[in-house]
Amino acid sequence: MSAPIELPKWADVSLVPVLAVIVAFLVAGLVVLGIGESPVRASILLVQGALGSGEGIGYTLYYATNFIFTGLAVAVAFHAGLFNIGGEGQATMGGLGAALICLKLDFLPWWIVLPLAIMGAMAFGAVWAFIPGWLQVKRGSHVVITTIMFNFLAATLVVYLLVNVIGKPGSMSPETRVFEASAHLPYLHEALAAFGITIPQSPLNLSFVIALVASFLVWLLIWHTKLGYAIRTVGHSPSAATYAGISIGKITMITMAISGALAGLLAVNEILGVQGRLLLEFSSGYGFIGIAVALMGRAHPLGIILAAILFGMLYQGGTELSFEMPRVTRDMIVAISGLVILFAGALDGLIRRPMAGAFARLLKSEG
Amino acid sequence: MAGQAPAISLSSIDKRFGEVRANKDVNLTVARGSVHGIVGENGAGKSTLMSILYGFYEADRGEIRINGNLVRIRSPKEAIANGIGMVHQHFMLVEPLSVIENVMLGAEGGAMLAKGEAKMRAALAKLSADYGLAIDPDAIVGELPVGLQQRVEILKALVRGAEILILDEPTAVLTPDEAEQLFALLHALAGQGKTIVLITHKLHEIMAVTDHVSVMRRGEMVATLETAATSPAELADRMVGRHVLLDVSKGPAHPGAVRLTVENLVIRDAHGSLKVKNINFSLRAGEILGLAGVAGNGQSELLEALAGIIQPTLGRILLDGDDLALTAPTPADRRTHGVLHIPEDRQRMGLVSAFSAAESMILGFQSEVAFGSGPMLSTEAVRAHTETQMEAYDIRPRDPSLKTSKFSGGNQQKIVLAREIEHHPKVLLVGQPTRGVDVGAIEFIHKRLIALRDAGVAILLVSVELDEIMSLSDRIIVMCGGVITGERTPETTNDRDLGLLMAGVTERAA
Repeated sequence: MSAPIELPKWADVSLVPVLAVIVAFLVAGLVVLGIGESPVRASILLVQGALGSGEGIGYTLYYATNFIFTGLAVAVAFHAGLFNIGGEGQATMGGLGAALICLKLDFLPWWIVLPLAIMGAMAFGAVWAFIPGWLQVKRGSHVVITTIMFNFLAATLVVYLLVNVIGKPGSMSPETRVFEASAHLPYLHEALAAFGITIPQSPLNLSFVIALVASFLVWLLIWHTKLGYAIRTVGHSPSAATYAGISIGKITMITMAISGALAGLLAVNEILGVQGRLLLEFSSGYGFIGIAVALMGRAHPLGIILAAILFGMLYQGGTELSFEMPRVTRDMIVAISGLVILFAGALDGLIRRPMAGAFARLLKSEG
Repeated sequence: MAGQAPAISLSSIDKRFGEVRANKDVNLTVARGSVHGIVGENGAGKSTLMSILYGFYEADRGEIRINGNLVRIRSPKEAIANGIGMVHQHFMLVEPLSVIENVMLGAEGGAMLAKGEAKMRAALAKLSADYGLAIDPDAIVGELPVGLQQRVEILKALVRGAEILILDEPTAVLTPDEAEQLFALLHALAGQGKTIVLITHKLHEIMAVTDHVSVMRRGEMVATLETAATSPAELADRMVGRHVLLDVSKGPAHPGAVRLTVENLVIRDAHGSLKVKNINFSLRAGEILGLAGVAGNGQSELLEALAGIIQPTLGRILLDGDDLALTAPTPADRRTHGVLHIPEDRQRMGLVSAFSAAESMILGFQSEVAFGSGPMLSTEAVRAHTETQMEAYDIRPRDPSLKTSKFSGGNQQKIVLAREIEHHPKVLLVGQPTRGVDVGAIEFIHKRLIALRDAGVAILLVSVELDEIMSLSDRIIVMCGGVITGERTPETTNDRDLGLLMAGVTERAA
């Protein structure tokens, strides 16, 4: 038993994560020191790589887009007390959904293909999360287990389809043909060029705008709709939900579907925005890091955007860093991300408790 | 024991939670070897004060002296080191483990259990002999009756060397018989020099068991009296700060048409065991039907079945002659048909403790157009509605955005009450309306229920408090073991008669 941890809200959502990141960096600095490099220089290189140039910022935000989608997916499920760790599989299926639309319909103009492809990505992701939700409601199989298994199922299904059904004939690599230009979601530098604004080239595309809109809609859903109220009631107290006449089963399935649709949107960034074709493993771990993003962002869209940008910086800055410091390998960057996850998520109480104590003392001396 | 330093001496204790000053300059002295009661309305600061003594919170200001020595208690661990033990209202026990394993928990004495267990067994045996605390050390805690589970909690504290024992609402979960046994035990402990602090709402317990009593009101210690020199009426007045009517005044009932009819109802729980065995009764508009019984004799299941939360195995529930299983099968449907429900367990069902008061105020009615058109939920509308209700039902503090869990038991119950009553019930199902609720709020709740009755609402009142059943009901039915063992009117019965029915001694036998 311990004293309840009460912090002012602003400190809870801003100060705690910032401190977590600082502590993570200090520990990571020790690792860098251990391999004989200067942690200060490494930090400078990392931040410079992520934010030092227009191109760097573009890449950072491009990675952040993926993290926003998967972070939102985890957060929405989390509000209903569900732990959706199938973001990978749902994103993979989202890619399949988008690709099928594009392969069939990319002779049509963009204003038909793109909306349909985006909806396809959401629908396939939604179905891939809905099924585990349905299984939990009807058969009592826990979503944590089933969503993990569905990650593998999605991966194998897409391999099979790429090799045997929708792959480019005569190609050695398992991927589809490149979609027509009408199925390409414009890069931000292209979109802004149309208005006469020039920004450096990067893979950052209009998906980033979609991610921001999705964040707003999730905020609206959770805190300003009746469905969101029902979702939160189920998440906080299933017995109160039953009393209130809210069907836990229905909410579980609906929430999983919304969560899956959000994860499916990752494919819009990767497949429609950047790759222009379906290929293997484009989801490359974003689904899992989404869990950390949601945790760090306290399952609030604003927090998720900030956490996603932080992870975007780590990805982009880390890539630059490993160019400049060959001894800091890609794996080191993964380790640093891991430390951030560790301190922001798992060891959160480590920072929160002393801070709550400090605040209590501060308030006392004022009062 | 004259000349000795008091066991507990608190001076000028101050504690603030944000805007709320939960303890204001509180002083308390408890003599060694005495039973000291602390009474006060919910939210008066009793629990906060005891939490400070037990190290859950640290006071902002003030001194704690134990046996005359100035101490600083920053955690329950330090409290235990200072010889303070606490028995919580909700037991902190691991149900699948045995008594000895529970008592050892956290005091295993090394990595291997055998040695510690042998020592603990000896200690338990000694305590049992000293205080007559008979209990089988190898019994599984989850299988013990509640009274014995509480005894395990007391043993846990004593084994850890507690000289001061704090009990928080210890009788809330006990039968009258178990409560008697507890009081005898407390006397025995005090007789051997232990100091007992008893937090309770129930004034007759204070009168029965304590030597001294301290009254708290709105964070302040307003009086410390010798129990023998005071009366329940005086205590109640001091708790509330004005004159309280302990007896409910009500006019005769004017029952109207039959609203709710229960026919041959049989309910099995999730494990398939029979909880309600073929019961029949009817409820008229404008009457309060009291359902008495010892907790766990099928009343909870009956209430939940009537509210649509669980489905009966057999039998029918009719509202104005229509079978509710067909016309309104779900809790949401029942609500729209005017069957409203104040659940027995407000923490688990009636409210969402993590929600704001405003959000809890619409639980079950969240889909109403008044709270937002279409799929949207209007925060402003919900807030405005809550502000009105808080005013009408005197819910304090009047802050719709405050977390539900921050309200006292009485004010939480008022949130539920306000919510259900304001939706114009035809039939109101009321479960334990005043459990864990302070005197002032009890009076308020009782008045509201009688006003509703007079307005023609059919009320089913389920309560384990016989006083409540006797003073509110127009008719009384008693349940034991899932069957109705008798029906009475308050004029033709008394506690003893009802007690016999509650124990399953039916009319013919009696």
